[in-house]
Amino acid sequence: MPGCKSQEFQSSVAQEWYNRVQMTRITADEVREIAVLARLRLDPAEIERLTHELDGILGYIDTVKGLDAAQVLPMTHAVPFDCPVRPDEVGASLSIAEALQNAPRRHASSFEVPRILPGPGGA
Amino acid sequence: MPAPDLRGAALTELAAGTAAGKWSARDLVETYLERIAQLDKKLGCFLLVDGEGARKTADAIDKRLAAGENVGPLAGVPVGLKDIFVTRGLETTAGSKILKGFIPPYESTASARLAAAGAIRLGKLNMDEFAMGSSNENSAYYPVHNPWNLDRVPGGSSGGSAAAVAASLCAGALGTDTGGSIRQPASFCGIVGIKPTYGRVSRYGVIAFASSLDHPGPFGRTVEDAAALLEVIAGHDPMDSTSIPRPVGRYRAACTAGITGMRIGVPKEYFQAGMDSEVENAVNLALAELGRAGASIVPVSLPHTQYAIATYYLICTAEASSNLARYDGIRFGHRTASAASLEELYAKTRGEGFGAEPKRRIMLGTYVLRAGYYEAYYGKALRARRLIADDFTAAFAQCDVLVTPTSPIPAFKLGERAQDPLQMYLADIYTVAPPLAGVPALSQCCGFTAAGLPIGLQSIGPPLGEEAVFRVAGAYQGRTDWHTRLPRDPS
Repeated sequence: MPGCKSQEFQSSVAQEWYNRVQMTRITADEVREIAVLARLRLDPAEIERLTHELDGILGYIDTVKGLDAAQVLPMTHAVPFDCPVRPDEVGASLSIAEALQNAPRRHASSFEVPRILPGPGGA
Repeated sequence: MPAPDLRGAALTELAAGTAAGKWSARDLVETYLERIAQLDKKLGCFLLVDGEGARKTADAIDKRLAAGENVGPLAGVPVGLKDIFVTRGLETTAGSKILKGFIPPYESTASARLAAAGAIRLGKLNMDEFAMGSSNENSAYYPVHNPWNLDRVPGGSSGGSAAAVAASLCAGALGTDTGGSIRQPASFCGIVGIKPTYGRVSRYGVIAFASSLDHPGPFGRTVEDAAALLEVIAGHDPMDSTSIPRPVGRYRAACTAGITGMRIGVPKEYFQAGMDSEVENAVNLALAELGRAGASIVPVSLPHTQYAIATYYLICTAEASSNLARYDGIRFGHRTASAASLEELYAKTRGEGFGAEPKRRIMLGTYVLRAGYYEAYYGKALRARRLIADDFTAAFAQCDVLVTPTSPIPAFKLGERAQDPLQMYLADIYTVAPPLAGVPALSQCCGFTAAGLPIGLQSIGPPLGEEAVFRVAGAYQGRTDWHTRLPRDPS
């Protein structure tokens, strides 16, 4: 295909990083722990695949660790940014019906969630 | 009255013809809907076609025109919206199953401005799930095929937008660009796409992926078409606190202003080993053409380019892991069938609703933001981001616009890279730095490979330097005819 030269290049770059990953950067146990923090239910096959993929990606991302940037200020906005202020006035907003229209489960004028506190009618 | 032959029609001509009564808005809409019905089964550009809504809008515009009203600069122009722009009353999914069935109760600023200018929304365009991808293969619904070769990807994440404009299924389209998602598909599909300065186009109503990097912008067949769309959607919006309160430039006029005396910088880091030889040749020929058009070519350096991909993927995944926390099965979108606790409801809903790429990025983002890793990864990336942005500031002290390839390769085959996420990320090498710096960047066609695949040329300007970018892109287009070539309709 056209572009084979660059593909070879990219493969070689990727391979170099995979090869450098002598020690494992992330373990399956860590992936399970991150999944809990991220509120993501993953099946065992996903855990296995993500462990392998994240390991490779983190290996590549380590390029940035070598950069000497201790004296550089972190950049959080692409353009100079002063948080604009405005008067705190009541304006138009969504009606309750509009706010609830996409809720998978609702009860009267509320979003419905599983019970989080014990009480009458079950735990 | 019959609508004109839409293949290759310029958006600006369509608007002028409608306003002058040469054809009706309804004629235009019917002709595009007919093309979509005939061709989109092969291409997969649209996730939703709103024929009824488009006809209704067209009839209203025709009525206003008949009454002598000025309906705006995009009178009757049929456009498509990447399905990341929320549309009041019309399903919006961001290419994800987790938002299937979501009917937004409000409208994005960019799409509202298009409508106010007289444009007609044909439907919602396919995309990589939550704009995460470079091939459109991460759509949770179906992939998009490149109109120039159906076995190839259209690029991503705005692949549906780029392919639809290239195949003349709409006259123009909106997309978003976080690390190249407008420019790379524009390059792969042989059309024009511009990522404006960060804050130039409002993000209000654009489903968030990485908020400090998300840039809405237009696709057009020509630089004038992209300029006409950008003039309409750009400008300050109080609903987006990062929106820039500065007047919008005269982008269309800039397309024909010429480049005599302009200095075009060529960053050496964008011309190193790894570029496809046909891409390299085409870009070098384009630079020579720009020289003949009156610009001087200046070698420059962007020394931190080697850190751009790692920096980009650290920042975008960190922001994505935070932004995508809202999909929890409670207020909108998918909700798991049964869960005993709130915790389980979140985890099952998200595990079922997200596809592989959002899961990968949420996981990576959560990892790099974790206590103990934050400074080593995310903190380092924010510092690297400043060095990358400072590179652009230094380069623009020596030149007015930078010109580079858009992608090191032309469109690749569907499935070719889908199994290796790192391979996919590395192909973003020329597009990730401009969003990190927030500077405007445009892609246009500068040739074709021997196999008939388009090659993209990228022009990058300083902050709010869209007019300079359009001057260069317009001058190049004026001396070449690549933009007049059209893909054959799929049979």
